Amino acid sequence: MQGWIPFIPERASTLAGRVDGLYFYLVGVTIFFTLLISATLIFFVIKYRRRSESEVPRPVAGSLKLETLWSVIPFLIAMSMFVWGADLYFAQYRMPKDALEVYVVGKQWMWKVQHTTGQREINELHVPVGRKIKLIMTTEDVIHDFFVPAFRTKADVVPGRYTTLWFEATKPGRYHLFCAEYCGTNHSGMTGWVTVMEPTDFDQWLSGGANQESPIVAGQKLFQSQGCTSCHGAQGEGGKGPPLVSLFGSTVKLENGQSVQADESYIRNSVRSPQSQIVEGFRQPLMPTYYKEQLSEEHLLQIMTYIKSLSPTRTQGITTTAPARENNERTGPATPDATGAKTIDSQRSNPVGSTPPSVRTPGQ
Amino acid sequence: MAATHVENHGAHGHKALAHHFDNLEQQREAGSIGMWVFLVQEIMFFGGLFLAYAIFRAKFPEAFAAASNHLDWHLGGINTVVLIVSSVTMALAVYYAQTGKRRPQVGFLFVTMLLGMTFLVIKAFEYAEKFRDHLFPGASFQWTGHGDPNQVQIFYWIYFAMTGLHALHMIIGLGLLVWLILSAWKGRYTPEYHAPVELTGLYWHFVDIIWIFLFPLLYLLGRHLEAGGGH
Amino acid sequence: METTAAALPIEPLETSRVNYLNQEYGLKSWLLTKDHKRIGLLYLGSVSLFFLLGGIYAMLIRIELLTPQGDLVQSHTYNKLFTQHGIIMVFFFLIPSIPAVLGNFLIPLMIGAKDLAFPRINLLSWYIYTAGGLLTLWALVAGGVDTGWTFYTPFSTTFSNSYVILAGLGIFINGFSSILTGLNFIVTIHTMRAPGMTWFRLPLFVWAHYATSIIFILGTPVLAITILLLAFERLAHVGIFDPAYGGDPILFQHLFWFYSHPAVYIMVLPGMGIISELIANFSRKNIFGYTFVAFSSIAIAVFGFLVWGHHMFVSGQSVYAGMIFSFLSFAVAIPSAIKVFNWTATLFKGSISYATPMLYALGFIGLFTIGGMTGLFLAALGLDVHLTDTYFIVAHFHYVMVGGTLLAYLGGLHYWWPKITGRMYPEGWGRFAALVIFVGFNLTFFPQFLLGYMGMPRRYHVYSEEFQVLHVMSTAGASILGVGLLMPLVYFIWSMRYGRIAAANPWRLPGLEWRTSSPPPTENFETTPIVTWEAYEFAPPEELEVVGKLSPRDEPDHPALQP
Repeated sequence: MQGWIPFIPERASTLAGRVDGLYFYLVGVTIFFTLLISATLIFFVIKYRRRSESEVPRPVAGSLKLETLWSVIPFLIAMSMFVWGADLYFAQYRMPKDALEVYVVGKQWMWKVQHTTGQREINELHVPVGRKIKLIMTTEDVIHDFFVPAFRTKADVVPGRYTTLWFEATKPGRYHLFCAEYCGTNHSGMTGWVTVMEPTDFDQWLSGGANQESPIVAGQKLFQSQGCTSCHGAQGEGGKGPPLVSLFGSTVKLENGQSVQADESYIRNSVRSPQSQIVEGFRQPLMPTYYKEQLSEEHLLQIMTYIKSLSPTRTQGITTTAPARENNERTGPATPDATGAKTIDSQRSNPVGSTPPSVRTPGQ
Repeated sequence: MAATHVENHGAHGHKALAHHFDNLEQQREAGSIGMWVFLVQEIMFFGGLFLAYAIFRAKFPEAFAAASNHLDWHLGGINTVVLIVSSVTMALAVYYAQTGKRRPQVGFLFVTMLLGMTFLVIKAFEYAEKFRDHLFPGASFQWTGHGDPNQVQIFYWIYFAMTGLHALHMIIGLGLLVWLILSAWKGRYTPEYHAPVELTGLYWHFVDIIWIFLFPLLYLLGRHLEAGGGH
Repeated sequence: METTAAALPIEPLETSRVNYLNQEYGLKSWLLTKDHKRIGLLYLGSVSLFFLLGGIYAMLIRIELLTPQGDLVQSHTYNKLFTQHGIIMVFFFLIPSIPAVLGNFLIPLMIGAKDLAFPRINLLSWYIYTAGGLLTLWALVAGGVDTGWTFYTPFSTTFSNSYVILAGLGIFINGFSSILTGLNFIVTIHTMRAPGMTWFRLPLFVWAHYATSIIFILGTPVLAITILLLAFERLAHVGIFDPAYGGDPILFQHLFWFYSHPAVYIMVLPGMGIISELIANFSRKNIFGYTFVAFSSIAIAVFGFLVWGHHMFVSGQSVYAGMIFSFLSFAVAIPSAIKVFNWTATLFKGSISYATPMLYALGFIGLFTIGGMTGLFLAALGLDVHLTDTYFIVAHFHYVMVGGTLLAYLGGLHYWWPKITGRMYPEGWGRFAALVIFVGFNLTFFPQFLLGYMGMPRRYHVYSEEFQVLHVMSTAGASILGVGLLMPLVYFIWSMRYGRIAAANPWRLPGLEWRTSSPPPTENFETTPIVTWEAYEFAPPEELEVVGKLSPRDEPDHPALQP
């Protein structure tokens, strides 16, 4: 509960206060109009009650003036709500550029979370306070919805595509995480907790999972084991297939003369449906289709981070502040590099560990 | 009509006048507005499919061009001509119903019916070919040409849904024609009362127009994209 | 204020001994009837049965939610309960209730026609409704459906293990009954008005049904084709909605809401029509701003088609699409506001009766104001992100659907009951039940607004403990509401046999439906009426009073003052 105001959930993100502000405005307007109309109704009903069975009141003509008045005033009030709401919506759904990325995969009926540093969680999400967090989400089966009431935000998680959500927690604590889109039998069990921690506690928590390999490393392993190297080259330099180095964020010319931005959706599409967007000069359909059965959404996300890591300049160009770097400065020893180094020493020469994975989002 | 209302009919005279209408003019107007409203409903019904077509065409231009190229536009073209001619004969049938000439009326209705059946037979051949080539969406679907097979399959899914729904409307139209021919043969339609012929005519033209949209969308659009490859 | 009841028809017309109820007897005379009044009664019977079933589901849901753990039923059963509650209530009660029962019965009477334009199609629509209903019931008996009434893909196409196709087919078939009803209304209102019954003399109930019919015609076919595609996709494991086949699950939502948002107006517009009748007639006043009320119905029907995207603000659609849909959603609220203000203004200087139907009408205005205003919360983009898919949505649409449509339907049933059956309902019981329903309703659904803002997601079987207090309140309210709703069921049936015999015009009103006997003869009127009066003309138009100090340039819109 939020102090003296009942029925308001905890306010724990930078946007929660703004959402509450709009809510209070609308509650105020609603109470005003409901009272206005009920009071008028009750007054009329009592004052003009039928006093004799035979009475017939005089008819009353309509009034254009009144009609205009009570069309225009509500319209203006509605427009104020519209502008306020739209402004807030942009703040909610325009992804910030300098956010720490976390991958989320929904699955009947659990939330699987993976941090760029390698930590994995189920139905839990640990985040530091005062840091913008961006979730890149998809699902292995049906539509889910990632909803944290304390942050006043939610977004559908849709199969076959990535959706994003961001927040910046303001208060350490544990907050409800709900699946808000009906997803089958155990829908109401698809809940969890978002734990917001002080940055130092968060670093400690991160170092606790030091043995887990980072998604970039995992992605690189998959890149080799799935046979991608045979066409795209051992380091993604290309061969029978188009090169992947410096691909992410670039503009790709297609065989049909069109060009597309190489973003997450493009890479995902090239794996799931390789024939749909053929790169210029690679007419031969050599690339097999990787269905969900061969390559889960989680694995695809790992390969994605690996491919992104092959474009260090571009990803840096897109993200104004490199998240992992910033994290480095804040946190000292517990860095992604360190975790990567511990597990696979030989990878150090790669651009892998040092490159912050990041994404281009539609809003930018 | 219940026996109690007989006196009402007596007052207005015509045996085709239903008891709750004041006169034939009102009844005709009601029928005509009713049919137009029904056709608006039909447009919305097909509209859902046209929308799906538009969205997936924009999403998968390559696959749709490749799949569209695989359809036999000769057969589709012949069918288009068949339907346009049948619209003309239907219009003539309506004209002869209005002028009260029984023989040409029955004749043109019959020709319209024959043309409608021709359309369906040609369509059946096309369908058979698609089944043979494993192009019917489902477990046995196979695609070796350009384009993602999943996306090509969506084209065929929409193709079968749209043409199938259209064919269903043709079959209903043929049923109506059979009924019209029988009644016309008995001389039921006169210059004063021929609303069923008129309304069926409207329906028939509507079904034709749907095909006139289907043919270019499914068979022709995007051919130039595949002009080099394919056939 | 006190004037003579010049325009009121003098206490009527000998009650004719032969009427539509006793003209013919036997099951066959009902099942093969082409009389719109009898078909209306057939609908009344079937719609009431479905309402009872939907109500039982609702009660089970509320009992289950008394405790945070799933005590009463398992999750999969609970999912079926809310799905089936939704399907039954939306498709088989709310959508057909007012149009198919009261609209069917009253439109020909109100415009002075002998029947609807296509009586056979009218009967067919009832059979289609019954067939669709039976198919859906079959799905429920065979094992139920658990997709939610919204049938979102790919859950419904690929993942659900329940009887989706059967239920979908039932809804698909049922859709054609709506289409045929709408078609019949449009044609009837266009072609069958009695001499002198001009468009602007039509009762507002008829205008509302005209607007509703537009939605039936334009919206229902889209739902039909969508459900058909969904069923095929489920059957053939290939299609356009599941991304596993290359499809797009969001496309389903677009198509579904293209119908299902206007469907909300299908449910509420006829209710608004009833309220216009009740407010005017029970205060013996012409409706304030007739043309504004009439055209606001049409405006709602048209604008209602442009706002479907507001159900998808969090689905990942572009933020700009969200903005457009939000703007239009705010715009569509204005015609509803206009109606509420005009109803309130109609009471001014009226002669207000406290009869049961009027109590429902007053309740409607209050609850619909709350229901409509909370709709603005959901149209406001930034707020909707927090509120959508929570109990706030549940509360909002129950305020509109139950507080709006259901109250209007009950008010209308009481109002026209003497015309329909020739008997009066017991007035004391009627007022008492209205009060119980009003209290029970608010207690049930108001706490759900609070639950929603606190973050309680909808369709949750098991929930977090901090929500329990409000859930208990809601269940307590539902019990009161349930008792309140059973009362009319009992006394209506009782009154059919034992109620006081109703006069032809028990409320002493000028409307055409009151100028024939109760119950009316099969042909509605002995002779075709000729209309020479305006809608709701209680007193002669010479006595017209112009409100406020208008300048001479302000032309009041009352037709009597037009040159």
